[in-house]
Amino acid sequence: MAVSTHNKGFLLGYRLYVGAFFVFLAAPLIAAGTFAFNDSLFPALPWQGFTLDWFFNDTEPKLGMFHDRRLLRGLYYSGVIGVLVASLSVFVATCNAFLFVRGEFPAKNFFYILMILPLVIPGVILGISILVMASNIANGMEDNFSIEIEMLRPGLPLVVLGQFSFITTITSLVISARLKKFDSSMEEAALNLGATRARVLRTVTLPFLRPAIIAAWIVAFLVSFENFNTTLFLVGSEAPLTITMFDRMAKVGSTPVLNAVSFFLIIGSGLLALVSVLVQRDPPET
Amino acid sequence: MQGDVKRLSLILLFAPFALWIVLLIILPHLGMVYLSLREKVAPRVYEFGFGNYIDFIQEPIYWNTLLRTGSMSILVTVLALLIGFPIAYYIAKIAGRRSRGALFLLCLIPLWVSDLIRAFGWILLLRETGVISTSLQTMGLISEPVEFLYNDATVIVGLVYTVILFMIVPLVSTLDGMDDAMVEAGYNLGGSGPTVLRRIIIPYAMPGIVAGCIVVFMLTAGSYLTPILLGGKNSSWFTEQIYDQFITRFNWESGAAFGFLLLAFTSLVVWAGLRLTGQNLANTVAKN
Repeated sequence: MAVSTHNKGFLLGYRLYVGAFFVFLAAPLIAAGTFAFNDSLFPALPWQGFTLDWFFNDTEPKLGMFHDRRLLRGLYYSGVIGVLVASLSVFVATCNAFLFVRGEFPAKNFFYILMILPLVIPGVILGISILVMASNIANGMEDNFSIEIEMLRPGLPLVVLGQFSFITTITSLVISARLKKFDSSMEEAALNLGATRARVLRTVTLPFLRPAIIAAWIVAFLVSFENFNTTLFLVGSEAPLTITMFDRMAKVGSTPVLNAVSFFLIIGSGLLALVSVLVQRDPPET
Repeated sequence: MQGDVKRLSLILLFAPFALWIVLLIILPHLGMVYLSLREKVAPRVYEFGFGNYIDFIQEPIYWNTLLRTGSMSILVTVLALLIGFPIAYYIAKIAGRRSRGALFLLCLIPLWVSDLIRAFGWILLLRETGVISTSLQTMGLISEPVEFLYNDATVIVGLVYTVILFMIVPLVSTLDGMDDAMVEAGYNLGGSGPTVLRRIIIPYAMPGIVAGCIVVFMLTAGSYLTPILLGGKNSSWFTEQIYDQFITRFNWESGAAFGFLLLAFTSLVVWAGLRLTGQNLANTVAKN
């Protein structure tokens, strides 16, 4: 214990503070989740009894989330965007990890700073700058060659690029950290035993990186799924769930179906986050 | 031969990195700066100049909003550090081996829940018909519903709530690496609690503190949902102005200028913070 334990009162007060903090941390999540089960048209007290209608009921006014077309479409687009962003960013991040951990080239530190930079650019600004560039190119092509490039107008491809632009930094840091721990004598041993470089990569190095790659993929998926700021500027007609929910909140006002979605997402992202932590735990043999 | 292979693989590895950074970071930002220097003089006629920036200076609402966003973000960062540091210290150094992992997980899981849902939770608790107002009425402490939303204090609480885990997580990782013997030595040499904290713990935790502060400050200054949902129409957050210029008024030139100003402002604060504490970006933010 790294604090003087003689002062029992101090320690008790400290524990109470930590307890209060976790209550503070949980309170809004519990509020957002619990009202999904309240049999009422508004997410507010008093408690009208338990119901699952906000998940499964198929008629208005209590249309459950699994029958709400727009919410389901949002969920679907969020999933598609998340998978694309996560896969793309993990691929580039693996290259980056080898580049910065193994590679030797001039101005490496400068490039390393460039790699971290997207993390300290506000998401709103990444959104508008990518929007501006894509529109410039699209307008230029249209004015000069009368070619309309649908891909560069706000929509799914731009959302993917926008999220990819900063999520890649996060995944690169996760995978690099693991590669740094790699004992290169394992590769040398495999090479000495006659394996080709490609085979060493496939059978020794990549399996070692696997936990970090899986964890980075999950983290990227979660960050993409909950992203709002960058997406806001790049979104077209294929609105992901956060945008759909925000519209619903701003225009229609909140109904407990939003609580149902919140409950679903809290549980879903909690479980995924748990998996990402667990896969990164070192198994006993290493 | 061996050298050629090495060089080729280096180039192949460098290509995705270069494409990513040049196409999605450098060029878009240069484009944004370029756009912000175009003045609209007539429909579809533009001139090069600083008009968009001059508009910003001449309209007090705009720079007041930026100053307000900046100062509130600094306040949120300080509060997050003050509230979060004891929690991180407890998790890293005081909790038993078992509860440490569990507490850290409890911190990690809400991190991945969308800001939107967290703000929604606060709205349900704090609005006029919300849980707290209703409960206080039932207990007879207040006679009429009270609106806790739409004021600065709520916005600050909401922002601290949204970002505090980004402060705690790097602090826990840094403090975790500190040898308990260092703290014990401090006490053995006659240091009091505050002295040990000031002379041993804080200097050791500095990279974590700086990393947490940078990330928290950037996230706060760039946040959009929390100020709007908890502060309502009068939250006057700078990202709202950017959104307004871009989407509502379709004035991209001025929106780009605002974007650049926000970026310049936050970069300046981050740079000053790194300078004052003698840290750099690579050993703080990239450590986690």
